Amino acid sequence: MGSTVTTGNSEEKTWGGGNEPMGASYGKLMMWFFIVSDALTFSGFLAAYGFSRFKFIETWPLADEVFTHFPFMHGVSAPMYYVALMTFILIFSSVTMVLAVDAGHQMKKDKVIIYMFLTIVGGGIFVGSQAWEWKNFIKGEYGAIETKGGSLLQFVDKEGNRVALADFAATLQEERVQHTRSNGSWFVGEDALPTYSIAEVQAGFEAHPDLLIRTEVIYEATPETKVDAKINHDLSKFKHKTVLTREESVVRLAQAAYVVEGANLVRNEYGSKLFADFFFFITGFHGFHVFSGVIINIIIFFNVLLGTYEKRGSYEMVEKVGLYWHFVDLVWVFVFTVFYLV
Amino acid sequence: MSHEHEYVSNTSRIWKVFGILSMVTIVEVILGILKPDSLHLSHFLGLSLLNWIFYGLTIYKAYYIVYAFMHMEGEKSALRYAVVLPVIFLILYLLFILLTEGNYIYGVFKDSTIKWNF
Repeated sequence: MGSTVTTGNSEEKTWGGGNEPMGASYGKLMMWFFIVSDALTFSGFLAAYGFSRFKFIETWPLADEVFTHFPFMHGVSAPMYYVALMTFILIFSSVTMVLAVDAGHQMKKDKVIIYMFLTIVGGGIFVGSQAWEWKNFIKGEYGAIETKGGSLLQFVDKEGNRVALADFAATLQEERVQHTRSNGSWFVGEDALPTYSIAEVQAGFEAHPDLLIRTEVIYEATPETKVDAKINHDLSKFKHKTVLTREESVVRLAQAAYVVEGANLVRNEYGSKLFADFFFFITGFHGFHVFSGVIINIIIFFNVLLGTYEKRGSYEMVEKVGLYWHFVDLVWVFVFTVFYLV
Repeated sequence: MSHEHEYVSNTSRIWKVFGILSMVTIVEVILGILKPDSLHLSHFLGLSLLNWIFYGLTIYKAYYIVYAFMHMEGEKSALRYAVVLPVIFLILYLLFILLTEGNYIYGVFKDSTIKWNF
């Protein structure tokens, strides 16, 4: 037992060894310092996100327009509800984890089993929700056009509501064959072809005179923008994306270079390219932590079932995985704020 | 000795903290959906007041997760400060440098003719 749970001596032998200046066992201390380093890793990512966001502060996508899905509610714009639910699930699984630790201190094996099980279930639901969130993000909803200069154009009707490419794009008799690696002289393929070609989007836009283009730029009511004749001042609201006049929309659409549907690591229909990269990287890294947390919890859960810690006389292992699990929750609190609220 | 023997079961505190965390999350979500103009459109030290509120509530939640759930409040002060202080200091330092630099590069792009989307 002494090898797994170290206990210090309480006698006055300061220099005699076996002291625990921090009053915690080796394993727990190392878990804490692992958490410190992991916390710094995550803060590095989030700070990098902040850097890029400050760099593109005028064009960054607005979170409540991106994450608007809720299961079984199609076409209903429900910003944040789902991610709030995910947050609750994770906080609740943290509660059951801390209850398991608490029961472990009292050597109540049955209670530890129940609470550990609930924690694992909560973690599983969270990972599944994140997968669903990713699916919606990758699939996209409206589609957009990327211009030659790399900026993104979205479509709105005359009330300023978003319009999907599928609602207006014309169907042209044109054939475009997917270019594959085997046909390329340098074995270079291309991305999957979008549903609509640029010509189809442009023709559809011509045919619907009510449509307008919304740029990435966040509208600020400065003296210069107020007199800008290219901006539709009725639809552009302060701190929302700028809507262009019809004439300017036609000019911008002529510079189209790509049809963008959904999101990947190169471009996405929500706006700044880096936005999707950071979303995938940070929520993915966090999701990976949750996933490995669930796996570790399952291992410890079986150890509890087998009575390993009962025999050892200490449930400190449950406490250590508990620390890791709470840390995952802690990171999510920040990811939630940075990606969904601010 | 081992602190386990000093451990006091405190399920009522756990549920209380759960209540606090839930309430704060609900407040955040309501504010995030309503985005009251008075908070959202105001500016204070580079961010809107609403965003400052969000960050404040986040740190409030983080405090409860670390101190109650991770049971930091029951640890020796040596462990407490060895873990908390380096993290706080390094994060503030990193944020200060990166956000200042990001803001500076924004200015460079805005005032020059460079157009480079990366």
